[in-house]
Parts: sequence; C-alpha cells; structure tokens
Amino acid sequence: MLVTEQERLRDDLVKMADRFGRDRSALMPILQELKRTRYHISEYSMQVIADLLDIHPVEVSSVVSFYSFLEDKPQGQFVIRLCRTIACDMRGADHVARQLVNDLGIEFGETTPDGKFTLGWANCLGMCDQGPAMLVNEKVYTQVTPEKVHAILDECRGTFGMHATADKER
Amino acid sequence: MIAETTHGSLTFSTIEPGSGLDAALKRPPADALRRIESSGLRGRGGAGFPTSLKWDLAIKSPGEYKYVICNADEGEPGTFKDRVILSDFADLVFEGMTIGAFVIGAKHGIVYLRGEYAYLRAHLETVLRRRRAQNLLGKKIRGQDGFDFDIEIRMGAGAYVCGEETALIESLEGQRGEPRNRPPFPIDTGYLGNPTIVNNVETFAWVVCILAKGAKWFKEIGTKKSTGLKLFSVSGDCRKPGVYEFPMGITVAKLLEEVGGEGAKAVQVGGAAGQCVPASQFDRSIAFEDVPTGGSIIVFGPQRDMLRVAENFLEFFADESCGQCTPCRYGTPKLIEGVKMLQQGRCSMQYLHELCSLGETMQLASKCGLGQMAPNAFLSIVDHFQDEILGRAGRG
Repeated sequence: MLVTEQERLRDDLVKMADRFGRDRSALMPILQELKRTRYHISEYSMQVIADLLDIHPVEVSSVVSFYSFLEDKPQGQFVIRLCRTIACDMRGADHVARQLVNDLGIEFGETTPDGKFTLGWANCLGMCDQGPAMLVNEKVYTQVTPEKVHAILDECRGTFGMHATADKER
Repeated sequence: MIAETTHGSLTFSTIEPGSGLDAALKRPPADALRRIESSGLRGRGGAGFPTSLKWDLAIKSPGEYKYVICNADEGEPGTFKDRVILSDFADLVFEGMTIGAFVIGAKHGIVYLRGEYAYLRAHLETVLRRRRAQNLLGKKIRGQDGFDFDIEIRMGAGAYVCGEETALIESLEGQRGEPRNRPPFPIDTGYLGNPTIVNNVETFAWVVCILAKGAKWFKEIGTKKSTGLKLFSVSGDCRKPGVYEFPMGITVAKLLEEVGGEGAKAVQVGGAAGQCVPASQFDRSIAFEDVPTGGSIIVFGPQRDMLRVAENFLEFFADESCGQCTPCRYGTPKLIEGVKMLQQGRCSMQYLHELCSLGETMQLASKCGLGQMAPNAFLSIVDHFQDEILGRAGRG
C-alpha cells in the first residue's frame, strides 16, 4: 500500500510524542525536532500535535508564532541568520548582509526558489568578540567578511546533509 | 564545533571537578547554604539577587518536587561568558546545580540552553554522561543515601525574553515565553507550579569555587556589597576583546586599560539593558551598588555615532518585545521614531523631553525587566551626548 506523505508525517509525530512525552511541556521539543528534520511546521502537523497532546491547535500555533526559531512557513534546508546586534554591527555586518543578498538573489526574510537557503537576521549570537557572526542551521561562523560569504554558501551547497542536522543525516 | 574566545587565567580552571560537591556532601545541606551566605555571592546574571536567600526561600517552600534550573539563555547583547563557561567548564556548572539540588532537596535539574548555542549541546551531553558514570549524577550520588539528582538539557528557540526567569519557565512548560506577574516567584510557584531555583550559568560555577576554596577567600575580593570575582565579556573598539575575570568593583578606566580600550568615548555596561557610561565617568566602579552588569562590556571608540548605537539597541528591544504589555510594545517603536528624527535633525528640544518622559514611563509601567530596561541605553545616551545628537544636518 502506498504510504502517503501525510501518513508518514503523522507516524513521525507519533514517534516524537512517544519519545518526548505527551505533556504540554513536550510541545517545544516536538516542534524543534519537527523543524529540524522537515524544515516546515505546517498547519496539518500543528493539528496532529494538538491531537497528540490533547490541546487546542490554536495553542500550538500561538507557540510557533512566538519563537523566532519556529516558523510556520517552509524553511530552506540551510537557514542563515546574520547577527545584527551592536558589536557585529560595529564590525561591518551590513557589508556581509549586502553580499548575502547579492549572492543568494533573495532579500532577508525570503527563501531561495530551490528551497536550499532561507536568509534572516538574528539578535546577539554571543560571538561579539569575533564578529560579524552568522549561524547556518546550528553551525556558527565568525569574523565573516563579504568575500568569505561565497565560500560559506558553496560549502553548504556541496555538503548538503552534513550539518543540515547536527547529529545525523535524514 | 566550539568557537574560541581568548581568555586569560580564570579561577575556574584551577578547580578540580568533584571537589566542591565533596566539600558540600561532608556536612548537612544547611552548612553549604551558610557558606554561600557568608561568601556574599549575588546572582551573576545581572540582577544581583543574593543566591543564598533565593535557595533558602526554596527550602522553606513546601513541595514534594523541587527543581533546579540553570539559565543558559544568554541573550544580552555583548554577553558571551556563559558560552565560554559551558564550553570549557561545563563540569562546574553541573556541579553547582548538583550542590543546589543537595541544598534545596531537588531531584530534577534542567539546563535551558538558548537555541543559538545548539552546537554546544553534544558537548554538554557528553559531560553529563561522564558525570553519571562517575556517580556525580544519578542515584545515590557519591554514596549518599537518598540523594538522587539528574540534569536534562532543554533548548530555547530564539527568544531573548526567555532569559527572564518566569518567561523561561513558561517556555519549558510549552507555552509562549511571556513573563508572568511576580509574585508569586519561582521559589514557590516555579516549573509546573513547584518550588524552583533559577540561577545563571556563572552563579552555579562560583558556588563550586566557594565550596572548594572557602567563603572567606571569595568575600575578601571585591567590594562590601558586591563580593568576589566576576567574568566579563568584552567587545567593541578595544585591542583585546574576549572573556576576562576581574574583581567586582573594578573601575571602568582600569578595565579599559586591561583590555586595550584606552581612548574610548563611552562604554556600554550591562548590554542593551544596561547603561552607557561616558568618558567623564570612567572612574565609576562596576558593582551592584554603582554600575551593575551581567558581564557585558561594549567599548565605543571616539569615531562611533552614539545615535546609531541607541538605534541599534532600541531595534533589538522592538524585535524581542513579547508584546504583552502596552508601554513596551508601543513605547519602543515610538523611541525609534524619535531616534530617526534626531538623525534627520528634525527633533525639537521639547519633543526630546517628551521622548525621555516616555522612556521613564516605560521604566515604571512595563510588566517585566525587558520593557523596564528597554529605554535605559537611549536615556543615558541622550543624557550624556546631547551635543552630539541634537541639531544634526539632515542625512536625507
């Protein structure tokens, strides 16, 4: 029998609920795992999670909308977040920002049409002594210069799967 | 991967893992608490609440389940010392939590690690596994009957406000990270309604040092009201940015000398929520009774545009506001508008006064620390740099 994508998603979510528990306090770990493995927290998955935890789907949606690392729009396989807080700003984050926009061909807040990259801002990444700093998924890059941007993007394109997830390939 | 930060010789590197815990376990829990009390240790996250008092209140709160939470949601702009502690001295943090559990009688510990530091998680899990194997965590710790305690790591998801302790607890409970009204405080109504202590990463590490080296050693350093040593995260216009250990009460001038920041025109102490100290006040000391800080020091060289600094901080708060209360939600964007008017040279003195009074209202009327502190940087910059920010020729 053909397993539909929806059924597979539901199975995955049930497994996550088995792993993290079905209390309300399991909500964040489930959402984080879903985002990490599927890059997208869809309305359907929010409904399934709500059913599993026995809460209203609006509760799930309100949590997703609150946190900047949880998004209800599909995200790229590589989510790039450039720090825009003062120390990185003083070290020229705006030049890096310009170069990211030029090299990716998208503005901040957008995802490339091939679904590879999402470009966004971050607030202080805790790398103030080595700015400008940038997160690509869970990996941090420091002292980024406009000329390094191209190499970092190339590294992502070439090694998909290596650090798209921290511990294992999907 | 853990990014390298330059740091000199820190007290933390001289402490043998296990030594603080063993010192605590030799005597009853009340004794460890007394030693922390006599050291005068105050919370290292920035607020400076006496650690022993917080723990004592949690002891006295009735409840079968008590929790020890480590606040590793280090989000204050310019702060990165917790990152260094977690990557180089994670043992001390977990040990401090274990001592906290011994003192208040908790069985569960949670590290709330900010989402931006996800790359530290694997390392922290490794340290936890090793400590379990060494019987420093788990059941019957160090052979002590009935002393069971374990720690789990939970991730944040990119919300600065979750560094506020009640918002952090909300987030752990699977809610939006909106601060609660206080009281009740977490010490009686914390995680899942149970008595909970929430302490900063650095506070836990100092607890271990105090128990290992003695309260007297700690108390003799620093000032009367702010005892001991403190880690500082130094960034901005200086030759040697990085993490430093200084005694509390160090003057701004002395600190600048150590980090190669002489000639600075201002220093932001305490991050976006802190205050901007101009060169004329560099003789002030960094301590809870003068200029308080959670450790963030950002140096501004002579060429820096202070209005740009104020704008950057306000944009940070506008972005991170949870939107619950009106003063913070509407006040911050209004101040940003004001900064833009100043940049264009269109702001009258009267309007500037209006903006300052709005800032003061936010300090009074906002629900949590985020909103109360959001106008701080703006107000101190207006206060100290009026000549620089008023009457600008329009920049278009």
